[in-house]
Amino acid sequence: MDVNPAFEQHAQVAPPAAEAGAVLAFRNVSIAFDGPPVLEDISFAVPPGETRILLGEEIALMPEELLFPLRARIGMVFQEGALFDSLTVRDNVAYQLIQERVPDEEINRRVREALRFVELEETFALHPASLSGGMRRRVAIARALIGQPELLLYDSPTGGLDPVTSTTIIELIVKERDVLHTPALMVTHRLQDALMLCSHRFDPKTGRMVPLPKGETDPNTTFLMLEEGHLIFDGSLQELVSSKNPFVREFLQ
Amino acid sequence: MAINTIENTAKKLVLTVQDYSLFAWRAVSNIYHPPIYWSEFLIQSDIIGFGSLPIVILAGLATGSVLALQSAATLAAFGATAVTGQFVSLTMIRELGPVLTGIMVSGRNSSSMASELGSMVVTEQIDAMRALGVDPVRKLVTPRIYATICMLFFLTIVADACSILGGGLVTVFMNHQNGTQYFAMAWEHLRLPDIVQGLVKPLFYGYILSSIGCFYGMRTSGGTQGVGRSTIQAVVTSSVLILFVDFLLTQVLLTLFSGWM
Repeated sequence: MDVNPAFEQHAQVAPPAAEAGAVLAFRNVSIAFDGPPVLEDISFAVPPGETRILLGEEIALMPEELLFPLRARIGMVFQEGALFDSLTVRDNVAYQLIQERVPDEEINRRVREALRFVELEETFALHPASLSGGMRRRVAIARALIGQPELLLYDSPTGGLDPVTSTTIIELIVKERDVLHTPALMVTHRLQDALMLCSHRFDPKTGRMVPLPKGETDPNTTFLMLEEGHLIFDGSLQELVSSKNPFVREFLQ
Repeated sequence: MAINTIENTAKKLVLTVQDYSLFAWRAVSNIYHPPIYWSEFLIQSDIIGFGSLPIVILAGLATGSVLALQSAATLAAFGATAVTGQFVSLTMIRELGPVLTGIMVSGRNSSSMASELGSMVVTEQIDAMRALGVDPVRKLVTPRIYATICMLFFLTIVADACSILGGGLVTVFMNHQNGTQYFAMAWEHLRLPDIVQGLVKPLFYGYILSSIGCFYGMRTSGGTQGVGRSTIQAVVTSSVLILFVDFLLTQVLLTLFSGWM
């Protein structure tokens, strides 16, 4: 999938080798609304099967261009879950399938499958108002997964949650990464979540997240860091820890 | 300093009008391309149309009754109490029916559209809808606008009928006049231009109150406080616009039908 046309506003150079086969590629992207640019000359790619974590200040980017067919191929998990209050969990998760007029039996089967993945099958007929914050977030993940997206976007998925609930959400993201292998881009300012994502793997036998042997990190989970619209870091956890950039150092402390 | 403030306010106003025009045009023109959300249209028609029936019936009955009460004394001074029916029916059908129904429905539905869509904006539900590949304007705004236009037309007819009935009840039971005469006068002096005037207006008011409600709802910012602000703006703007457009529309329609009257 080439997501570039939506974002490529100031392309100047030929695609670099790193972009070959990438699911998402940003190439010299600059975006400004009213005021200073929020992104300035940004280039990076998300290769297949890789989870990239975008660290740093929160930025709100929602391009107004109506790219609905493209967006339908991307799964997105919002900061507060953003479930539709007036619909049941089943209708929330099935939202995209209902729009595509998928038959009811298949919708029910796929919704149950997605809810089983997030371990919330019993909430099928409930309304979001009766779910806790963590459960809402898990339903939002099920909703993002049901369309079998080619790319997953997480917008601070643990924002506003207590540490225990945050861990269950991270466990779910690790499970998604290691079981379904959907390429993902996660924006967060919580370093502890990013480190946990990097240092754990999903164990299919126990159905739980387990730490990787000491010193090992997941090779498919890498970091990006933005500062005032500029990409200041792109690399692995080891490279992040040993970075000399003062902003990175400050963030790590 | 003061000039700068005036300049900024003027710019903001022009920008809002521009945004509103583009938004309303997009919402209305969505009907020409699929997908069209008919089920949403029916749900909104039920909420706006059937849901507003009680207040419209009550408003109609009360206004008709008051008109009959107030006019009786004045008309009696000229020995013209017989024309109460004509007075009530013409006033209601040509003017008060559409305007009152518009303002009542604006208070009920323009506010509910602004607060419902506003809450969806601040809880990122609108963004989620976009992310799921669904155009929120097409799914939420277009059905609301068409449902309101359609339903306000029928609600106005109900209000007109109820007000004539209310006027009739007061005329018979309180003013002790002849009911047959009241209803005969109410019916006989109605001309086609009166009815056309009364039925063209709600189409415009329905469009105004729904598009303004959705517009302020969709541009909500600033959390729950912003939802409250949007709701106030929607009701105030749509009510004022209905009254202002009523003046323009009456002038245009009177000119158009001047040959008929």
